[in-house]
Amino acid sequence: MNESTQAFREHPEFASLKIVEAITMTISQEENFMRKIENEEKIEPKDWMPEGYRKNLIRQMSQHAHSEVIGMQPEGNWITRAPSLRRKAVLLSKVQDEAGHGLYLYSATETLGISRAELIEALQTGEAKYASIFNYPTLTWGDVGAIGWLVDGAAICNQVSLQRTSYGPYSRGMIRICKEESFHQRQGYEALLALAKGSPEQKQMAQDSLDRFYWPALMMFGPHDSESAHSAKSMEWKIKRETNDDLRQKFIDQTVPQIEVLGLEHPDKEIKWNEERGHYDSGEIDWEEFYNVINGNGHCNRQRVEHHIDAHEEGTWVRDAITAYNVKKNAKKAQNAA
Amino acid sequence: MNTEKLELFEVFIRSKRGLDHKHVGSLHAEDHEQALEYARDCYTRRSEGVSIWVAKSNDICSSQEDDAESFYDPSDDKPYRHATYYVLPDPVNNM
Repeated sequence: MNESTQAFREHPEFASLKIVEAITMTISQEENFMRKIENEEKIEPKDWMPEGYRKNLIRQMSQHAHSEVIGMQPEGNWITRAPSLRRKAVLLSKVQDEAGHGLYLYSATETLGISRAELIEALQTGEAKYASIFNYPTLTWGDVGAIGWLVDGAAICNQVSLQRTSYGPYSRGMIRICKEESFHQRQGYEALLALAKGSPEQKQMAQDSLDRFYWPALMMFGPHDSESAHSAKSMEWKIKRETNDDLRQKFIDQTVPQIEVLGLEHPDKEIKWNEERGHYDSGEIDWEEFYNVINGNGHCNRQRVEHHIDAHEEGTWVRDAITAYNVKKNAKKAQNAA
Repeated sequence: MNTEKLELFEVFIRSKRGLDHKHVGSLHAEDHEQALEYARDCYTRRSEGVSIWVAKSNDICSSQEDDAESFYDPSDDKPYRHATYYVLPDPVNNM
């Protein structure tokens, strides 16, 4: 260590300039990577990263992006049949947001060196997954409210936690998405509240939607920690910051008083406050249903992917028109320049 | 899929007059004009901006963080560039 480095190390400013650490020590790429993770520094696209980290991120982030995009379908189903112009405008806005969120996440995933085309293809061939909740049908208007409240509510629990994920572009995307997402949950709850305070038939519709969407919403947090294939490594790399079961517990706890305000019956008959734990105890999820839906046998799995493919193919003429217009425009520009 | 042919653009938004343009994300578009319209639709749905810049990602030249050592080295041994380097008597240390 030369004299000026020594003087610098003793200087009070030193502590805040971590970069000097990296300069004065020779460390391997892997150690350097883990040091950043341990120091809560973000990993950025051009940094060296273990192949497993990259793969794990691409899997999780693309699954997240696909969920946003496929998630437009069950709600989109009700845009033309929304009960009022106000509800229709709100629903349109929400579905448009989901498209935007898909874009943020695809863009962030692309920084890992995979193309948008590869990502979309993996979705369309079924190689990549999306949240199993979107394979349930939206049978009534109440379902639109239940999705906003419960499905977006569960997604928010997960996304708030992911704002602290170790990959910079993913973290920034999550921060942006969380800012917008709160409206989704509130509008859903408001719609369901209107039903719950309405006629007996409307209240029944709200109860029925709650009953059908409550358990699938709990499944959104994934398998128990003991069964989760990717959890341990993801936690170590700080891709995930809280475990599936911890996040699920948070959601269960926050939902109980919300059901009470609606004046509806809780779908879980075993729900009970546990003073000692400071949390609600709850009944077991039907995991057979979870794996069935994940493995392609939900109500709407095939329909969702087919619709995605159809929409893409039917949009070919728009993309062709854009290309043709640009060819024309560029030719004109060249002519004017000459 | 057709996005393969589309170019990648980086989007920067000035949220308020007087503030810097800040990088907010990226998108695929055919040209600058379309990128600007997409950026408006995607990144300013809630009046997040008063001005948008788009630039082709390929046109951006960036330093490598892994080269930080040699790239930033010249200023690392100049602690006197920092205010806290100068130890002043307490009564005037607010300077």
